[in-house]
Amino acid sequence: MINRLRRIGLWGRGAVLAVPYLWLLLFFLVPFLIVFGISLSESVIAQPPYAPLVEWLVDEDAGTTKLQLLLNLSNYLRLGGDDLYVLAYLNSVKIALVTTICCLLIGYPMAYAIARAEPAKRGPLMMLVVLPFWTSFLIRIYAWIGILKANGVIDNLLQWSGLTTAPFELLYSDWAVYIGMTYCYLPFMVLPLYATLEKMDPTLLEAAADLGCRPWKAFLTVTLPLSLPGIIAGSLLVFIPSVGEFVTPELLGGPDTLMIGRVLWNEFFANRDWPVASAVAIALLLFLVVPIMIFQHVQGRQAEAER
Amino acid sequence: MKRMGFLSWALWFGYAFLYVPIALLILYSFNESRLVTVWGGFSTKWYAELLHNDQLLSAAWLSLEVAAMSATVAVVLGTVAGLALARFGRFRGRTLFGGMITAPLVMPDVITGLSLLLLFVALEQLIGWPDGRGVTTITIAHTTFTMAYVAVIIQSRLVSLDESLEEAAMDLGARPAKVFFVITLPIIAPAIVSGWLLAFTLSLDDVVVASFVSGPGSTTLPMVIFSSVKFGISPQINALATLMVTVVSVGIFIASLIINRQERQKQRDEQMAVQGG
Repeated sequence: MINRLRRIGLWGRGAVLAVPYLWLLLFFLVPFLIVFGISLSESVIAQPPYAPLVEWLVDEDAGTTKLQLLLNLSNYLRLGGDDLYVLAYLNSVKIALVTTICCLLIGYPMAYAIARAEPAKRGPLMMLVVLPFWTSFLIRIYAWIGILKANGVIDNLLQWSGLTTAPFELLYSDWAVYIGMTYCYLPFMVLPLYATLEKMDPTLLEAAADLGCRPWKAFLTVTLPLSLPGIIAGSLLVFIPSVGEFVTPELLGGPDTLMIGRVLWNEFFANRDWPVASAVAIALLLFLVVPIMIFQHVQGRQAEAER
Repeated sequence: MKRMGFLSWALWFGYAFLYVPIALLILYSFNESRLVTVWGGFSTKWYAELLHNDQLLSAAWLSLEVAAMSATVAVVLGTVAGLALARFGRFRGRTLFGGMITAPLVMPDVITGLSLLLLFVALEQLIGWPDGRGVTTITIAHTTFTMAYVAVIIQSRLVSLDESLEEAAMDLGARPAKVFFVITLPIIAPAIVSGWLLAFTLSLDDVVVASFVSGPGSTTLPMVIFSSVKFGISPQINALATLMVTVVSVGIFIASLIINRQERQKQRDEQMAVQGG
């Protein structure tokens, strides 16, 4: 009886699980296989603009049909051979790294201060960090255009104070991209940092102080190592999506702010070269596989620790 | 003492960095002048103009429709997925499943958008569905990446929750489905509400994925904002942004009040139950 019930239970579980599982397989995993396949095909002027990978060849004379599989690596060779793509990848990594470091420098003291605040205040203070994340990403980027442009807020302030006389434009430069991306991704850094710092036992620091350890040394030898899981999780949450960022460099960056997300977008929408766009996506994905796997590992460990 | 000074200074700097741009955005939405950053006097004319912009209004309506549908589907799928990850223990394919839940959280939008579009094109060639691209394809795409967020919220709520209530109900002979609907669901209801709200805002916010998978005639609000912002800033966008920020802040405020009150009520009930027993 119990066995039968358990079997029904297991069967029910399987049926329940199957729905999200199949959804993700179809709409998350299979698309990557298709992208990979199309990255190996040839660009043609047709609808859709790529040559089929597999074709039936009918030989009239011999009366046979053959299945032909056409794979070409030329899209990948183009990525490696053209400076544009290599530079775009390198520049994306550079911008993502700078963004991550800026978020860490601003976010760590914030998370630390909130975690050390009175327990009743922590909730509202965290709420204030998360609230901008709920308002549109696009709107937040847009807000910076008015601040950074020539005759914008910063420019007007500088001219009014007499520091500069000529119009000064920060917009359409790499600086604007750093500011905009740090601004948008900051909550992603503060959240995991706060989660680890808040759980930390404050008596550890008291013990260090009692043993004559200076505050800065206690911070470096006790707090910092203990908050490492938060630092890693936060950095990856910022770094990985930053590498493929499109909206911020498109709106705040200059025409020479090369980022791989922009290259992919242009190959797809402007050049209508789907195979090359796919190859760019696969190359980006290969680059991100290692950080994504580290992120999953950290997430999994976090879930285990909460048990 | 000196260090506390540094910390509160850093905190205030952080909040100023987060809020000054939004405050300026709201301020300039009431600017009379067409030049957004030159103050020309107080005016609400941009709000009036907004109400007559039919393209914007229809895009906003479409976005709300897509966001409501995708958030609802994402909450159902994400809750089941979070439940499976937190309560089903080890099952075959768990690693792959966990991976497919966490990867969308960090996946760059351009990759998600491109891969889903190529899937829709391939499916259309193979089986004739989806017939063209539009509301359906955008909804499917948004459901796929937002359900991951819902699943993570539900999972972390369930993991931090004591399993003994569910076990007790099972021991008393309740079937798994009944346990879920009578015990688990009411407990995780606040998490489900915040999951739905998050999925809704993420969908309302997305421009990249929607640009890939939308078709002619299905332009979402972020797509309209994006293309008009590319041509420069306009006071109308400021007015629209102010409305969106206001609606979201008020919504979040009310939701957090309700959730807080429920949590407090529940704690009180639990205390009463413990004392009574």
